[in-house]
Amino acid sequence: MSARIKYDEVEVGAEIPAQTYPIDRGNLVRYAGASGDFNPIHWRESFAKAVGLPDVIAHGMFTMAEAGRYITDWVGDPGALVDYGVRFSGMVVVPDEGGNELEVSGVVEQKLDDNKVVVALTARAQGEKVLTRAKATVRLA
Amino acid sequence: MPLNRDYIGHTFPPTEPYEVSRVKIREFADAIGDANPVYRDREAAKAAGHPDVVAPPTFPIVFTMGGAALAGADLGVNYAMVVHGEQRFEYTRPVRAGDTVVCQSTINDIRAAGRNELMTIQTEVKTVEGEHVCTAYNTLVERGGAA
Repeated sequence: MSARIKYDEVEVGAEIPAQTYPIDRGNLVRYAGASGDFNPIHWRESFAKAVGLPDVIAHGMFTMAEAGRYITDWVGDPGALVDYGVRFSGMVVVPDEGGNELEVSGVVEQKLDDNKVVVALTARAQGEKVLTRAKATVRLA
Repeated sequence: MPLNRDYIGHTFPPTEPYEVSRVKIREFADAIGDANPVYRDREAAKAAGHPDVVAPPTFPIVFTMGGAALAGADLGVNYAMVVHGEQRFEYTRPVRAGDTVVCQSTINDIRAAGRNELMTIQTEVKTVEGEHVCTAYNTLVERGGAA
């Protein structure tokens, strides 16, 4: 495998530059089709509002996928990912006009043996945390 | 309504085999906006040390969401009230094009948390040849289930 980040060059506390990922309704429709999760709260505004949501919301797994992309882009190889887990703590509301933005950042929290590091991830939308306890363990070069 | 605690520790039969195609991986990568060539270009994947194109880390949700295994059971789940609480994957290796995978799910825990019911499902993903690919942990929240 070809992780581009070297274990020896990474220190605990190192911050990974934050990235912003725009989300619009089109993303959610495509994600519904690709994942097979067709729950209408993710694409039909009238349904979402009828069940008490402020508007259409993103699939939690879409948010997890974007934070996953953040970590695999950093490390350089999806094969380097050993463990990846999140708790869904908030909704990403996606209005028809303008959509929303997901901001993901990460900090190296721990260095393990076997060239592995644990990265603590933070994902925010509309100013609040939408993932908590989000951690990825990756094997570096 | 409360979930049926008799299912704690219950293991469901393995799913029908799922064939992972390059086209499906590409569709998923496009949907999450991830342009990484190892998800679409076999040569790029090989250069990165993979035998064929690999799938993004959250791709296993396509076959591990567990609905099929759980739908027939008298668990007492009101799916209209279910939201996704937590998700975790432990990877032995990435899923890749050409894999045919089988999933086997076990209900690890069912418990009340305030007014909600929480159910944690562990799913082992293996190829039909028996090679372990990943383990998925999926915590579902049934809102108001314990009220």
